[in-house]
Amino acid sequence: MSNLFCSSIGRKLLMSLSGLFLIIFLIVHLSINLLLLVPDNGEAFNVAANFMALPVIKFGLQPVLALGFIVHIAYGAILTAQNNKARGNSKYASGNKTKEVMWASKNMFVLGITVFAFLAVHLVDYWVPLQITHGAQEITIGGVTMHDTYGLVKETLQNPLKVALYIIGSLGLAIHLTHGFWSAFQTLGASNSIWRKRWTVIGTVFAWVVSLGFCVIAITMFLS
Amino acid sequence: MENTINLTLKVWRQNGAKDKGRFETYSLENISTDSSFLEMMDVLNEQLIGEGKEPVAFDHDCREGICGMCSLYINGRPHGPDDDVTTCQLHMRKFKNGETITIEPWRSAGFPVIKDLIVNRSAFDQIIAAGGYTSVSTGGVPDANAIPIPKPDADEAMDAASCIGCGACVATCKNGSAMLFVSAKVSHLALLPQGKVEAARRAKNMVAKMDELGFGNCTNTGACEVECPKGVSISNIARLNREFLKAKLAD
Repeated sequence: MSNLFCSSIGRKLLMSLSGLFLIIFLIVHLSINLLLLVPDNGEAFNVAANFMALPVIKFGLQPVLALGFIVHIAYGAILTAQNNKARGNSKYASGNKTKEVMWASKNMFVLGITVFAFLAVHLVDYWVPLQITHGAQEITIGGVTMHDTYGLVKETLQNPLKVALYIIGSLGLAIHLTHGFWSAFQTLGASNSIWRKRWTVIGTVFAWVVSLGFCVIAITMFLS
Repeated sequence: MENTINLTLKVWRQNGAKDKGRFETYSLENISTDSSFLEMMDVLNEQLIGEGKEPVAFDHDCREGICGMCSLYINGRPHGPDDDVTTCQLHMRKFKNGETITIEPWRSAGFPVIKDLIVNRSAFDQIIAAGGYTSVSTGGVPDANAIPIPKPDADEAMDAASCIGCGACVATCKNGSAMLFVSAKVSHLALLPQGKVEAARRAKNMVAKMDELGFGNCTNTGACEVECPKGVSISNIARLNREFLKAKLAD
C-alpha cells in the first residue's frame, strides 16, 4: 500500500477523492448561500455564515478544506505535466478528429485554472476580510456580535464586473464538474457500463444545479 | 470510370528513430473504390519502386482485422474515417475523388517511430509479459465444461479479449495512456475463474510496467473507446481501477 500514490491509478485516486471532497464542500457552500435569497435582510444568512467563526471550523476543518484544494490542484498539475510528456513531442499534422468525446474531458486543466482564478478572487473578496483582517462590518443578531457577511456580499455584488466574473467562474465550474463527477467514480472503480450512464446524468444535473444556483444568487443580489 | 478515384497522399517519411521526419506528397490515379486502404498503399509502393524510389514502410500482416499489426493515423483518426475497423478493413470507398489523405504513424512517447509509418509497440509485449497470462500446471486437457462460468461473465470476458493490441487507444489518447489496452487484458482474465488466482498480482504488475514504460495517466476522456477497432469498452478501465485498488489495499 505504501507505494500506492506512486502509481498512475494511485495519483488519480487522490484526484478522485479530493474532487469528491470538494463536491461535498460545494453542497455545503451552496446550501448556506441559498439563505441569501431569504427576504429577512440577511439575518438567516449571517447566522449561518457565522459558523465559520467557530474555532473548530476555523482551525479544524478549514485546513482540511485547504488541503483538499491543494492536493486537487497540485496533482492536477502533476498529472497534466506527465500526460503531456507521455503524449510526446511530435504532434499529429492532421489533428484529432475523434468524435463523441466530451469537450470538458479534454480541457479539465484549462477549466481548472478558470475555477482557480475565480477561487483566488473569491478568497480576496470574502475569506481575507472575514477570517484574516476582520475588516468586515459587524452586526449583532440575538445578542451575538458577528461579521455582517450579508452586507459584504451585497456590497461586492453591486459591481457588475464582479457579477460577470462570478458567473464566468460558476459556468467554468459547471463544465469542469460535468466531466469530473462521473470521472471520480470511474477512477474509484465504482462504475460499469450501466453506472457510467447514471453517474454521467447525475453529475450533469448536479453540475448545472450548483452552477446556476450560484449564478441566480449573484444576479439576485445585484438586482436587489 | 466511376468506381476509381484519384488521390493526393501526404505520407510521413522518417528514416529512423533519430531522424526528424517529413511529409512527402504523392499522386495516385485510378484507385479502385473496392480496394482496401492497404491495397492502395501497395499500389503506391509499386509506383515508387517503378520510379526507383524507396517504398513506404508500414506494418501489416493478416489483413483481416485480427492480428493487430496494421496501424496508420489517417486524416486525424487512428485506423481512418470508418468506425470499428482496422486500417486493413478500411475501404477506399470511404474517400472522395480528388481527396488529400494525410497518413501518419502512431505518435506517442511510448511508441517511438522505427521507420516511416512503423512504430515500436513492444511496450505492449512487455506489459503482457509482466502479468497478462495465467500460470497453468500442464497435464491432461481439462473438460470443456468442468468449470461452469455464467454466460454474462463469459460474454464480458470475450468482449475484453477481443483487444488485438494494435495501439489505437494510445495513438488517439491526449494523455498517451495505455489504460484501455491494459484494462482489457486484465479484465478478460479477472472475469474468469482461471484468472482470479493471480488477479491481484497481475493488476499490480501490469500497471507498474505500464507506468514504468512512460504511458500517461488516464483522464477518462473516452477517446480510446471511440477509436478502438474492436469496440472495447472503458467500463474495463473501471474494472482495472477496482482490481488495482483492491490489490493495493489488501497489501
